[in-house]
Amino acid sequence: MSGIFGTLAAAVIACAALALAGYAAPNWLVLIATLAFSKGLVALGIVALMRGGLVSFGQGTFYCAGAYAAGMAMRSFEINDAALLVALGAVAGLILGVIIAPLLAGYRGIFFATLTLALSMIVYGILNKTYSLGGSDGLNLHAPSFFGYRPAASENASYALFLFTSLTTVIAAAMCRIHFDSVRGLLSHAARDNEIRVEYLGASVRWINGVNFAIAAALGGIGGALSALSLGHIDPDFAFWTTSGEFVFLAILSGYVSVTAVFVAAVLVELGRSYSSQYFPNTWQGALGVFLLLIILFLPGGLGSLALRLRVSRAKPEPAPAETLK
Amino acid sequence: MTALLETIGLQKAFGAVIAASDISVAVEQGEKLGLIGNNGAGKTTFINIVTGHLKPDAGCVMLDGKDITGRAPRQVRRDGVSRSFQIPQLFTSLTLDQNLLLALAILREEGMSSWQPSRSDARMAEVDDLLDRFRLRPYREQTVAVLPGGVRKLVDVAMAVTQRPKLLLLDEPTSGVAVEEKFPLMDVIMRAIERTDTTVLFVEHDMDIVGRYADRVLAFYAGRIIADGEPGTVLSNEEVQRYVTGGAT
Repeated sequence: MSGIFGTLAAAVIACAALALAGYAAPNWLVLIATLAFSKGLVALGIVALMRGGLVSFGQGTFYCAGAYAAGMAMRSFEINDAALLVALGAVAGLILGVIIAPLLAGYRGIFFATLTLALSMIVYGILNKTYSLGGSDGLNLHAPSFFGYRPAASENASYALFLFTSLTTVIAAAMCRIHFDSVRGLLSHAARDNEIRVEYLGASVRWINGVNFAIAAALGGIGGALSALSLGHIDPDFAFWTTSGEFVFLAILSGYVSVTAVFVAAVLVELGRSYSSQYFPNTWQGALGVFLLLIILFLPGGLGSLALRLRVSRAKPEPAPAETLK
Repeated sequence: MTALLETIGLQKAFGAVIAASDISVAVEQGEKLGLIGNNGAGKTTFINIVTGHLKPDAGCVMLDGKDITGRAPRQVRRDGVSRSFQIPQLFTSLTLDQNLLLALAILREEGMSSWQPSRSDARMAEVDDLLDRFRLRPYREQTVAVLPGGVRKLVDVAMAVTQRPKLLLLDEPTSGVAVEEKFPLMDVIMRAIERTDTTVLFVEHDMDIVGRYADRVLAFYAGRIIADGEPGTVLSNEEVQRYVTGGAT
């Protein structure tokens, strides 16, 4: 249980640190961090899948579902509370995930990735032609309230949304850390290594992957709802394949070892994008490609593996036993 | 007395190759049964059918009087059947103790928990006991991918034994192990399960191993059982010498 308490204590400290950092940071950085955390949550879902040996190229589906659920609730039912909107986004993603999971649980590798990509493009196509949802133009959203508090000034609103996003992110990250360190988390890792043995030990790999998919879908929905509130606009591009590709990029950049690394990677990428669009707007995609290439070549385990490497290099190697079987 | 395992008229063909032809066997509780035969004789097919990895074309598998034919491996495991593999099937990126921890956790249906930490004092105590029984303690924190072949074989068997099976099937437990290590490895395995009343079926090519550790031997040839009995009797059988051992006893 000490592991869980340790994670919860770290979560409380992270919340406090983020609140202070957000207060001290300039508004532009607060906006970038808010969007980065939102996208990081979607990438965290991919990390949960990666731990089980799967990579989804269609998380845009759930990102989009969460965003549209929050947007429609705000516009059609006049629900303005951020917590409620994000909860609706999570439920929308989860429901969609639970429906799709059984269809995909039997697929692996490129087939799984391609099927998720295909689903996201179907959603993109449908939304483009659904004029009641704004068609290709999408919908504009206004600023939400926070547990009854509606900030008056725009800077206060940005900070309030940042605080809310940070809180949501830290809670989700802590829950994922606990899950990854649990028996089920280890089982996912094991299924990635050897499905045959998992089945022969009495567990169902389909079930493991299905649950991971549902978790990833819910995280996608939360990320989508938070992004919608942060950007104040939703459109079918939320489900476009390049959006899904960006989440995969974040997951590869962070690796599947560390939860924190996902959000560090998300902030770095958003900062990179922001500077690129200002100083070299037409070469951003090229820079992203080079960055990805360097990561795959020199840090295949992602940013999170740096901490692991450090820990391993500090540990003393145990002498090889001489008397036992070779 | 009801046999623990009974197969009745098992048939299995892969195209024109007959892998099992009317295999009917009854195995009593606590027996140590050696399965011998050349490559392609049908030994592993027999194990794969019993453990649910393959469905027979005809015939049935009874365990403790219950028909388990065609059930999935994870269901067969719950019925009390466990196996090791010719090529060890392990979680190679995890450490040895994580492999055993998982096997124990799944046994207790704790695999569903997203909250229970994978390590607990009670479970670690059980892992310690297993590590001692299989003499694996020196390797406990090593990643399975870097373990020597003989040790991997032992881990594979240990993973199967954690399930506390009524029936344990070992597919070539000593294959790929240095000649001088074969007997020590089998000694470790047999000692580890001697406290239990586990019925053991093991596939083996080394007749010295079969002679020492089996109470009874089944000799396979071309998907058929050509001899069934005590090791001395089977190994001196003319047909077995011609088709299986090539004269070695």
